[in-house]
Formats: sequence, C-alpha cells, structure tokens
Amino acid sequence: MKITIASGKGGTGKTTLSTNLSAYLTSLGKNVILADLDVEEPNSSLFLNTKLKEQYIAHKMIPKWVEEDCTLCGKCAEVCNFNAIIDLPDKIKVYPQLCHSCYACSELCPTSSLPMEKTPMGKISLFQCDGFDLVEGRLNLGEEMAVSLISQTIEFVDKNYDGFIKLLDAPPGTSCPVIEASRFSDFVVLVTESTPFGLNDLKLAVETMKVLNQNYGVVINRHGIGDDGVEKYCQDENIPIITKIKNDKEIAKLYSGGNLLYEKIPHFKDSLDEIVAFFGEQI
Amino acid sequence: MKEIVVISGKGGTGKTSFSSSFAYLEGKNAVVCDCDVDAANMHLLLGANFKQKNDFLSGEIAVIEPTTCTNCGDCFDVCRFDAISKNDDFHIVDKISCEGCNYCYQICPHQAISMQIQKAGDIFISDIKNNSKMVHAKLGFAAENSGKLVAKVKTEAKILALKENRNFVITDGSPGIGCPVISSLSGASLVVLVTEVSVSGFHDLKRVYELVKSFNYSCVCIINKYDLNHNILKEMEDFLSNEKIEVIAKISYDETFTKAMSVAKPIVEFDKDSNISQAITKSWDIIKKRIEK
Repeated sequence: MKITIASGKGGTGKTTLSTNLSAYLTSLGKNVILADLDVEEPNSSLFLNTKLKEQYIAHKMIPKWVEEDCTLCGKCAEVCNFNAIIDLPDKIKVYPQLCHSCYACSELCPTSSLPMEKTPMGKISLFQCDGFDLVEGRLNLGEEMAVSLISQTIEFVDKNYDGFIKLLDAPPGTSCPVIEASRFSDFVVLVTESTPFGLNDLKLAVETMKVLNQNYGVVINRHGIGDDGVEKYCQDENIPIITKIKNDKEIAKLYSGGNLLYEKIPHFKDSLDEIVAFFGEQI
Repeated sequence: MKEIVVISGKGGTGKTSFSSSFAYLEGKNAVVCDCDVDAANMHLLLGANFKQKNDFLSGEIAVIEPTTCTNCGDCFDVCRFDAISKNDDFHIVDKISCEGCNYCYQICPHQAISMQIQKAGDIFISDIKNNSKMVHAKLGFAAENSGKLVAKVKTEAKILALKENRNFVITDGSPGIGCPVISSLSGASLVVLVTEVSVSGFHDLKRVYELVKSFNYSCVCIINKYDLNHNILKEMEDFLSNEKIEVIAKISYDETFTKAMSVAKPIVEFDKDSNISQAITKSWDIIKKRIEK
C-alpha cells in the first residue's frame, strides 16, 4: 500500500507523522519504506538514525547547442513553449532552468544541432534507519523543476520496494509538486491543525484531492488549541478524521531536538494506533 | 518605495504572523503582498474584502479534436509526460499530466491538436485593516505555474504602491527554495528570514539562506521558539553571527500565536502590550532603519 502524507499548510506535522509512523509500523513487524519527497527542504533524515547506503545524482535532460551544422534557422526557438531557447543572430542560447525537457527543439531541429544532454538537478539518497530504509530526494539550490525529481524518487521506491508499506512525505502546498507526490498513491493523509489557517489550507488540499479523484482522510494535529472549525468542516463534508493528536509543548521540545515521539509520549502513540487501526488489514 | 520580503524555508515557523503584524503596524504606508499562493492565508489575519478580482491566465494544454484525429499515434510517440493515451477512435490528453510543451501540436500530421490557454488562478486586490491594501491570489486546483503567479502578484503590488505613493511593499514569501521562492525574492530591498529553534528549522534556514546569498540580498533574522532547545539555539546564533546576519528578534514558544490566529488578528492587534508584540514592533523599527541606510 502506498500512502502519501500531505498538507496544504507547512509546519503542520507531516514529517513528524511520517517519521514516527515509519518507525512505529516497523516496530510492529511491518516492512516499511519512507520516501522524503519534500525535495526543496527534505527534513526526515534529521529525525532518524541514518546511515547512508547509496547515493545517486538525479538528472534532467537539457538540450545543448552544437554549433557545427546549425543553420540558425530558428525552428528550436519557435517550437519552445517555455521561452527556454533564444535564437540570436550568431548563436542559439539555452536557458536550462526554464526547460521542461519536452525534447521538441532537439527532435524537430533539421540539423540535429540540439542533442539532449544529462544535467544534474539533485540527489537521491538511500539511508538505512533503525529497521527500515529512507529514500530522500534533494533538489540542488536554484533548481526549479521539483516535479521531475519527485517522480524519479517515487520510481526508485517502486522499483526497489515491491510489497512494502510505502509512506511518502509530500511537500507542502497544493500545486504540481504535491500532485506528483499524491496522484499514484492509494490513499492521502492530510495533516492539518485546528486553526483558521489550517482549515483554509485543508480546504484547498481537499479540492486538489477531489480533482485527482483520490481517497483521503484527515489527521488533526495540535488538537485542543485554536477552534473547532476543522472538525466541523470534516463532519459536514463527510471526511474521515483518522486521529486527533493533542497539543503538547513536550512534543514541540522533543521535535525541536530531532527526537522520535511515540516511545516518550503515550497519547501520541495512541494516535499512531488509531492510524494503524484505520488502515486495518490494508497494511 | 522599498520592498521587504519575509521568508522561512520551513513552513509553520510564524512567517505570516510576523509579516501581517508588520503590515498592521505600518498601516496605509504599506501595500501588502501575499506570495504564498499555494496556501495563501494572510488575508484571514488582515480582513481582506476581495474587492477586485482578475483571472490569471498562464500555461497551455493540448486539446485533441476527436473528429479530425485519425488515431495515428504520432502525438503519443513524442509526448515525454505520458499525457496522451489512446481511446477507441481517437487520442486524448490528460489535463493534469500535460505540461503544455506543444510538441504534439507541432507534429500532428492532421492539425487535430490545438493549444488552449488555461486559467491558473485568481488575483485579488483587497482593502484591509488600517486603511491599507493587499494583493493576493488563489492558485487553481491542481494548477501549475505558481512561480509565474507569484511574479504577477508582486508586480501588481508594486504598481499599486507606486500609484498610491506608498513607502513600503511588505511581502509574505512562499516556503521552500524552488521557483515560487526565487520569484518572491526578486527585487527585495531587505529579506527577513524567520526561523524556529528545531533541527528542521535550522536545516531549512541554512538552505534558504544559501539561496538568498546567491542572489546577494541583504537580510536579517527573527528566531522564533528560541527557548525550545539551548544547543540548537547556540548553533543557530553562531551560524548567524559567522554570516554577519543581524538577529532582530528572539521570541519564546508562545501559544499567543495560535490564539491570535483563531480570532483572525495579527499579534500586534490581538495583544499590543504583550512581550511578543513589543518585540515585533521593535524589530519593525530596526527593519525600517536598516532600509533607510
């Protein structure tokens, strides 16, 4: 089973939940793989005992201008829909950051003067944690195409961890990176907090899940602070509330130091049990 | 006119609580700009009235005309995004997967494909508390191009500030280090880095600072939840002092943030005499002095 852990708003506890749930399911004897898909700011490894096992450079394909046979006809710039190519009077200039790797310029060039070339965009690292593996995608600074790295990281997980419970820690927001991290999963857990911000962003995330036709449920974090808007919304919309994690300064402290929580905070472990019960035999 | 951009790398550090407080303090002297278009919520704290609404058109997707399509499959062969699939008599495009590259449109031998411009979201100009104005946006569900929408929101805010002769644009940036953040930062007079004392807050601070540094923006830092962990605070302060980044406020872990949010008020409006409000007011003064220099 593949479960994405997402949230509209940042800082609601996605990573706290996914790292703890991975460790807890492992302690119950399950085969778990955790993937950190928050490729702009991957944090999961900070909360786990990690040993780096393997690391790969992730690439994207970018056209590279070869002067030799080029007639400067300008076809490449004409077909590029992302303004990534400019035809100047004496040369062709490529802007790699704007390129979406569609291959149109390269394959429609009459003189084959724009061969596609591998260009590093980030790293995929495989860590061994206590009893399970963590796969992390990490985008290079200044690099803009998060989606491609997310999809490569998921591909790595699918290829190497058949039959495992796959937990995917998604980036925040509701746009393309989150969609890439959610669209091929069996279920999406939306983590929110019981505040107007949490509710506002939960609604956006729910609308996105509807567009994707996804199965989803809600975990309310820091419950007890704020208001009951999130609960009312979930009831009105018939969205399952999988568990409510109590607001607790002790959690903030342990989290701050990079510690796992469930062994030290009994009510947090109860919440993990509710999640396990929610999925039942599926995991 | 000067622009102050508040960013954080990590979400949930208090970025919007601080930036909306700055906006509230400065009142009609500032135009406010919410660049967190993926999950915008600054309007909740500032009482925006959504006065003006404009469509944001951006990006294209391919549409195949079923009656012209001969099902030859050339489009399927060239699509790198697995966006095209074969139906019984014609091919179809999956709207979510299509990147709008137009390769299929270029090569379709029967001109059965057209490119259609998409509505990617809405841009709003609102009146807000304290006689100020705000530019904000809502990205369409499952839409892309949030970097472009950010750029558009910023442009609108700057035009408004120039037209109405306001001194400041206060921008609430987006999280992360990718396209929307790079867009949020462009043209900043000063960047305010908001961080929290936690392993992840520190990690994300260092990463987003690298980005800020690579563009040569000058910056200051607000440390939130400073009393959660002494060791991390120490490391963080050493890092900031090595990089010569001034810490303009240190705020303790405090549930006032959430309480103020629950009644839709910036902290300085919710409880203006509290220690936090005083620290925020002081830091806004420091920011203004820094900019004047």
